[in-house]
Amino acid sequence: MIEPPLVSPTGLDEAYRLLAEAVHRPVAGGTDVLVQLAGELGPPPERLIDLWGLDELRGISLDGDALTLGALTTYTEIRRSAVCRDLVPALVEASATIGAAQIQNRGTLGGNVANASPAGDMLPVLLATDAVIVVGSVRGEREVPAPSFWTGYRQTALQPDEIVVRIRIPLIADRQVRFRKIGTRRAQAISKVVLALSWVAESPGVQWRMVRLGLGSVAERPIRATATEAVLDGRLPTSDTADTASVRVAAEIEPINDVRSTADYRRAVTARVLHRLIREAGGW
Amino acid sequence: MTIRGTLGRAAAPVILPPDAPTPGLDRTPGLDRAPPGRSPLRREGPAKLTGTALYTDDLVFPGAWYGHTIRSTEARARLLGVELDPAFDWSRVVVVTAADIPGPNIVNLIQDDQPILAFGEIRHHAEPVALVAAPDRALLREAAAHVTLRTEPLVPVLDPLASGQVFAHYELSTGDVAAGFAEASLVIEGEYRVGHQEQLYIENNAMIAVPRDDGGVTVHGSLQCPYYVHKALRRSLLLTDAQAQVIQAETGGGFGGKEEYPSILALHAALLARACERPVRMIYDRHEDLAATTKRHPAIVTYRSGVSADGRLVAQDIEIVMDAGAYCTLSPVVLSRGTLHSGGPYACPNVRIRSRAVATNTPPNGAFRGFGAPQTEFAAEMQVNRIAEALAVSPLELRRRWLYRPGDTTPTGQVLRESVAAEEVLDRAAEAAEFERVRARTAAARTEPGHVTGHSTHRIGHGIGLALAWHGAGFTGSGEVHLASVASVELTADGRIVILTGSTEMGQGTKTIFPQLAAEALGVPIEAVDFAPQDTALVPDSGPTVASRTAMVVGGLVIGACRRLRAVVEERSGGPFAGTYPADARAHGPTRIDEHFEPYPGVEFDDTTYRGDAYPAFGWASAIAEVDVDLDTGEVAVRSVVAADDVGRVIHPVLAEGQVEGGTLQAVGYATIEEVKLHDGRYLNDRLATYLIPTALDAPRIETILVEAPFSGAPHGAKGIGELPMDVAAPAVVAAIHDATGVWIHDLPASPERILAAMSAKTAGKTAGDASAGDKAGPR
Repeated sequence: MIEPPLVSPTGLDEAYRLLAEAVHRPVAGGTDVLVQLAGELGPPPERLIDLWGLDELRGISLDGDALTLGALTTYTEIRRSAVCRDLVPALVEASATIGAAQIQNRGTLGGNVANASPAGDMLPVLLATDAVIVVGSVRGEREVPAPSFWTGYRQTALQPDEIVVRIRIPLIADRQVRFRKIGTRRAQAISKVVLALSWVAESPGVQWRMVRLGLGSVAERPIRATATEAVLDGRLPTSDTADTASVRVAAEIEPINDVRSTADYRRAVTARVLHRLIREAGGW
Repeated sequence: MTIRGTLGRAAAPVILPPDAPTPGLDRTPGLDRAPPGRSPLRREGPAKLTGTALYTDDLVFPGAWYGHTIRSTEARARLLGVELDPAFDWSRVVVVTAADIPGPNIVNLIQDDQPILAFGEIRHHAEPVALVAAPDRALLREAAAHVTLRTEPLVPVLDPLASGQVFAHYELSTGDVAAGFAEASLVIEGEYRVGHQEQLYIENNAMIAVPRDDGGVTVHGSLQCPYYVHKALRRSLLLTDAQAQVIQAETGGGFGGKEEYPSILALHAALLARACERPVRMIYDRHEDLAATTKRHPAIVTYRSGVSADGRLVAQDIEIVMDAGAYCTLSPVVLSRGTLHSGGPYACPNVRIRSRAVATNTPPNGAFRGFGAPQTEFAAEMQVNRIAEALAVSPLELRRRWLYRPGDTTPTGQVLRESVAAEEVLDRAAEAAEFERVRARTAAARTEPGHVTGHSTHRIGHGIGLALAWHGAGFTGSGEVHLASVASVELTADGRIVILTGSTEMGQGTKTIFPQLAAEALGVPIEAVDFAPQDTALVPDSGPTVASRTAMVVGGLVIGACRRLRAVVEERSGGPFAGTYPADARAHGPTRIDEHFEPYPGVEFDDTTYRGDAYPAFGWASAIAEVDVDLDTGEVAVRSVVAADDVGRVIHPVLAEGQVEGGTLQAVGYATIEEVKLHDGRYLNDRLATYLIPTALDAPRIETILVEAPFSGAPHGAKGIGELPMDVAAPAVVAAIHDATGVWIHDLPASPERILAAMSAKTAGKTAGDASAGDKAGPR
């Protein structure tokens, strides 16, 4: 393993200063970066900045009408969080599908966001919940809505001196969020398709509004399927709705063949799982 | 006698059939006499459990350097040179190329075709070309980065069907196949493709070479066959017997993957150790191990079966093509076993089997649990299950009609005189799994609207599937005669009893079962028996630890040696061995007995005509799998497998069940998710992130039924167990997937991608005539 120079700031301001002086690859839990340090998957980072000691970036809090998760919140912390379980259970579900216990103990939500893998399992949930990514630097903080954060294959809206500070999820009354991951096996697998669907409806017989469909592993970045959302918006979860939406989503995505699956499978399964989620919501 | 156990539950009680003789099998672990049939603690278990067992990477050699392999990045190329960047200070490291090998640049195996280090032509991706050693890892990495291979690309051969280079081919036939098909009223044809499978032992390949004062080398490594490595070192380094010493370190699994590869790795480490005159460590990481070491042979099996109007199997015409990869390795014997097992355990008067193993520019394939049989028996069982469907008879009933019974003759003309338990394993498994009752239930569920179980919106198909297999015990044909194995026992001068064999422990239980067999033969407690380390300076060549031969063949030799020792001592002392051996040792000094393999009486095979007794005996296995298939995603959950395996005689029930459970799970992975995709001859699934095996969550509940139909040629009746379960579970799972979905998956793994594609194709075919069929609730 290659061991680039590493700095370990003890406060956020120090971290910002170091980042302003030179480009550093941030390390939180290290579950992505350590793999990159083997140097076999492309050039390893030249310099590392260890964020693990920055307690300012930890914690899950209820913040008015939003749930705020520090960038260093681990998957284990999310799984154990009563607030998450009560308010956005899809976060807990998604966290439970990531890696093994060791990975969940070290891997962080901020890391999942910044690593920007198209297969990042938390990211469709953030897309479906209108999450806001708060980023910071010596220049202060700014907010990036999740749909604008991932800009291309492993590309983000972060400037070289910026890091993810926290993730804010607005809490919306009567919002339902459903999560589903399809992997090669039942645990410790990278997704073939990962999907989060949300909608707002005051009661089961009411038309859906504010529909969001976040998708992973079907494009070069995590995406919202906005055309499919438009089909679902203002509709009831009926058989016709499910049929129309699943045809729409199959046409809307451009998945690829790779080592994990095929484009055909990803397209078909995205459509079928969406169909199933609508079916389950409609209870038919 | 039958014993049963279940993984995932508290230890089940021993269940004996009503006519069972005195219970001789006891699952209770114990440190008392622990004769065969009991389950004493495994010898190396406490050290493994407490982390004190020393695997190769745990061994410390002060001053040792680290070795690295420079590998090809092309599938095929002319090798013009190995260039060392003049800007780098090469005096700090050592570099070895083909030119530095003192003897023949050949890895000793069946054919002399595989170089230790490539020269002239590169024939596969990740082929070793040069070696570097350095005192530390950072310098090693830096040095390796300054080595360049100068090559000129050549067009690779990647499709086995297009390969003109044949490493081995066989043709065997019995009866008249044309006449058989003329008699047939039903002919079922199929082409089945199975891919690479990785052994995925927990410990990667690892070797440390230490130069000796006598000019030779001692290697410590993770390996199955110390004398294979010994022979390879002697030949290519021009060493005497004594100058080459091979010591097995604690070995974390093998499954065949440490049968031939350790010879290459030992040569690499030894060449570097000679060059730098220091110990050299070569410990593969998982990526290198996956990218470069041997896998199960992919195969294409084309199969025609003919069934007469009255339901007899009257003809089988089978063609097998195995992809050997770039070098021969063990392919001729893998192919041989695959060929001999390809008819399945069924009597058929007219059989023709043609097979070939061909070269492609891909990494060489080699030994893996089952050794050719899982590939061809998958095809055989698919055929039988498809015939049952075509005849609308139960696959259980069809097998009962066709399976081998005592007195039947195999395609090589071998008369199955004894130890034939096909019917017993089938019946035991069917009874335990309630096969017919569950099958009736799944059939009824399929006719329900929407093909639905449970919650109306969850479309889960449930299915059950059955398979039957046979596995030849020990080496094929005259292999055991050629091996001429030796096992020894010594009563030392200080009164210890020591078993000396080259048979290795790699997690399967050699170190525990041999002392059990010896203790019984000598009439002493198991603690009185020691087991010598697998060090070629100490132990004889007992043949390789492969082919499920250890318990049967070498175990038999251990018993033979112990019986002779007992007779010698009792003759001298006039009393029972147990009471007199310490005094005998004091009075007479050491007594060592070397037991040599003698051919099993009445077993004869002609290697040129392929007629005769291909194996001294066969083990028999049946598996019944139940699966849930998500009809929206094609995901398969294997819920349970009932495995009934006839192993001749159970020596250690807990270890035996472990073998069946492990082999079954490995077969479930083979059936469902384990896959190697290639691009330009390179494995794309060369990391654990992409080569996936089942986790505990993916593992089915496994119920093991051990059946004992002893083989009279072995003093204890054992026939071997390691490979048997690997032959049978994959076709059972695929049959269950068919039961759940209505589609046959001809290629392994039966991945969700393949299942969904087959279901879509079937629905598309149906909707032409019947728009309402099958896929009611799904998206249209």
